Amino acid sequence: MTQALKDLGDYIASARPSEILGSEIQHGQLTLKVKRGAIVGVTTFLRDDPKCRFKMLVELCGVDYPDRAERFDVVYILLSLSLNQRIRLKVATDEETPVPSITGIYNAAGWYEREAWDLFGIYFSDHPDLRRILTDYGFEGHPLRKDFPLTGYVEVRYDEEQKRVVYEPVKLKQEFRSFDFLSPWEGMNEILPGDEKAIDGKAGGHAP
Amino acid sequence: MNDAHETQLRETVIAETAPFDEQPAEVQIKNFTMNFGPQHPAAHGVLRLVLEMDGEIVERADPHIGLLHRGTEKLIEYKTYLQAVPYFDRLDYVSPMCQEHAFALGVEQLLGITAPPRAQYIRVLFSEVTRILNHILNITAFALDVGAITPLLWGFEEREKLLEFYERVSGARFHSAYFRPGGVHQDMPVGLADDIAGFCDHFPKVIDDLERLLTDNRIFRQRTVDIGIVSKAEALDWGFCGPMLRASGVPWDLRKSQPYDAYGEMDFDIPIGRNGDCFDRYLVRIEEMRQSLRIMKQALAKMPGGPVKVNDRKVAPPPRAEMKNSMEALIHHFKLYTEGYHVPAGETYTAVEAPKGEFGIYLVSDGTNKPYRCKIRAPDFAFLQGADFMSKGHMLADMVAIIGSMDIVFGSIDR
Repeated sequence: MTQALKDLGDYIASARPSEILGSEIQHGQLTLKVKRGAIVGVTTFLRDDPKCRFKMLVELCGVDYPDRAERFDVVYILLSLSLNQRIRLKVATDEETPVPSITGIYNAAGWYEREAWDLFGIYFSDHPDLRRILTDYGFEGHPLRKDFPLTGYVEVRYDEEQKRVVYEPVKLKQEFRSFDFLSPWEGMNEILPGDEKAIDGKAGGHAP
Repeated sequence: MNDAHETQLRETVIAETAPFDEQPAEVQIKNFTMNFGPQHPAAHGVLRLVLEMDGEIVERADPHIGLLHRGTEKLIEYKTYLQAVPYFDRLDYVSPMCQEHAFALGVEQLLGITAPPRAQYIRVLFSEVTRILNHILNITAFALDVGAITPLLWGFEEREKLLEFYERVSGARFHSAYFRPGGVHQDMPVGLADDIAGFCDHFPKVIDDLERLLTDNRIFRQRTVDIGIVSKAEALDWGFCGPMLRASGVPWDLRKSQPYDAYGEMDFDIPIGRNGDCFDRYLVRIEEMRQSLRIMKQALAKMPGGPVKVNDRKVAPPPRAEMKNSMEALIHHFKLYTEGYHVPAGETYTAVEAPKGEFGIYLVSDGTNKPYRCKIRAPDFAFLQGADFMSKGHMLADMVAIIGSMDIVFGSIDR
C-alpha cells in the first residue's frame, strides 16, 4: 500500500515537476503540496490521467495556522475509485491572495469552497457563486479562524416590544473559561512561577 | 435579505410574433421565486429552498443551509479528544454511532493503537444496527413524503426496538457516546446478544411487509420511478457516496473496498441500482438492511471474548474496581478525565461507510490534548448541493420526492 502510494507520488511529481512542491506519506496517506497557481492544472491532471483517475473530490477545507506568513492551508482530498486510493493536496494562501477555484473540474467543489470562504475567509477566484453558506445572513467575520473567539461577537434574542429578533453584542453571564489542563511538567515552556530570577540571570541582566 | 422572504415576481416578456396589422400580443410568463421551508415537514429539518418556478416546473433550486449551524468544528477545537466524542452523536442524529466510529478510528490512527478484537466486533455490530436505524427512518419518511403513512408507523415500532439496544449498551437512546478512541465504553450487558439475534430473525418479515406496501405500489412507483435521475458520471462529479452513488450503478462501499475494524472478515453483498432514480435509491436501502442483518448475525456468531478497550491506561480508563485499591489507577482515571491524553502531532483523514455515505474526519493534531482542527465530511452536504441539478425540469411535488430520497439530515449538513 505504502509502496504504491510512493510510486503514485513520484509519478505525479515527475509529471508536473514545477507544480508539486513536496510530498509526504503519513499514516499511509499521501499528501502533496501544490503551488497555488497550479491547483487547477494539477487537479485536472489527477482527474484525467489514466494512471490516476481521481474522479471524486471528497473534501475541501481550510486550516488556519496564524503564525505562518501564509496562514491558511486549503486541503483537497481526492478519491480514485479505480486505484482505491486517496490523495491529499495542500495549497497555502493568506487572507488576501485568492486561490483558483476548481469548480470547473469538480462540481462538488462549489459548496466546499463557499464553506471555506465563509468559515475562514479564503478567497477563491473564478468561483461562480461565492456567498456565505453556513453562517447567518449578514454575518461578519470568519468563525473558524483561530483569532475568532469561541463565543462569537453577537447574540440574538426575541424582543417582545419590537416583536422581532434583535442582534446584540455577546454578554456573558460568567467569564469565558478556557480550561488548560496541560500539566506544568509537560506543558510548561515559559518561566515557572518563582523562577523568573534564574532566567533573568541567564539573559545577563541581574534582577534586583 | 427581507425581500427574499416575500414572494418575488419576475416578469419575462416573450418576443412578439404577431403580424403588423394586428394588435401586438404581449404574452407575459411569470417566473416566480418561492420559499420551500425552513419550516416544512417535507424539508426534513430546517432546509430553506429558494425555488425559481416556471408554473409548476422547477427551474432552479437554491438550498439555503446553515439554520442549524452550531459550530461543532470550532467547539471540538476547545475540547479534549474524549470530550469531542459526544458532538458526533449530534451531527447526524439518526445514525450516531457510525460517526463516533469515524472519529474513534481517526484518533486511534494518530495514537498508533488498534482496538481489541471484541471491541471491533461490537463496533461492527452496532454500526449495522445504526444502519438499519437510519434506513428505517429514511425509507418510511420518504414514503410519508410521497403519500404513504403506514410504513412510518410500522417502521417506528422496529426503530424503538433498536433504540432499546442502544440504551442497553450505552445508557442512552440517541446520544450514546459509546464508540471511543481505543475501543468501546463498556462491554455489552448479559443477554443483549441473544436479543439482537432474536431481532435479526424477526426483522426480515418487517422488511417484507414494508416492501409489500411500497415496492409494487402504483402510487409510490409513479412518484419515484424516473424522478431525480443521477448518472454515474454526475454522481462522481458531485461527490456523491453511499446509497446515492450505488443507486447510480457504482459498486463502491468503504466496508468492502477499504475495510476498517472487523469488516474485512464479514461476508456481505453490495446492492447497486441501475437507473439512479429515487426508486432505485429506495431499493438499494431496502437491500442494505437485509445485508446489515447478515453482517449482524456474523458479528454475533464470530464475536470473540476479551477486553473491549485497549489495555493502555494512558488512553483508556482503568476498571472501576481497580480504582478502589490502586493509587496508580486512580491517578490515571483523574488525568484522563481532566487533562485527557496527548495525541502525537500529525494529520489523518479517516472515513467510514455511514448509512448515508462516506462520513470522514480530517483531523489535525498539534501534539496537545485538544484537536487543532477537526473537519467533518458529511455525506449529505454533497447530496444537497446536487439538489439543483437533480430537480431541474421536475415538478414541485417531485422536489419533495428527491429530497426524501437523498436522505438528508440537517444536523450533519450544518454541523
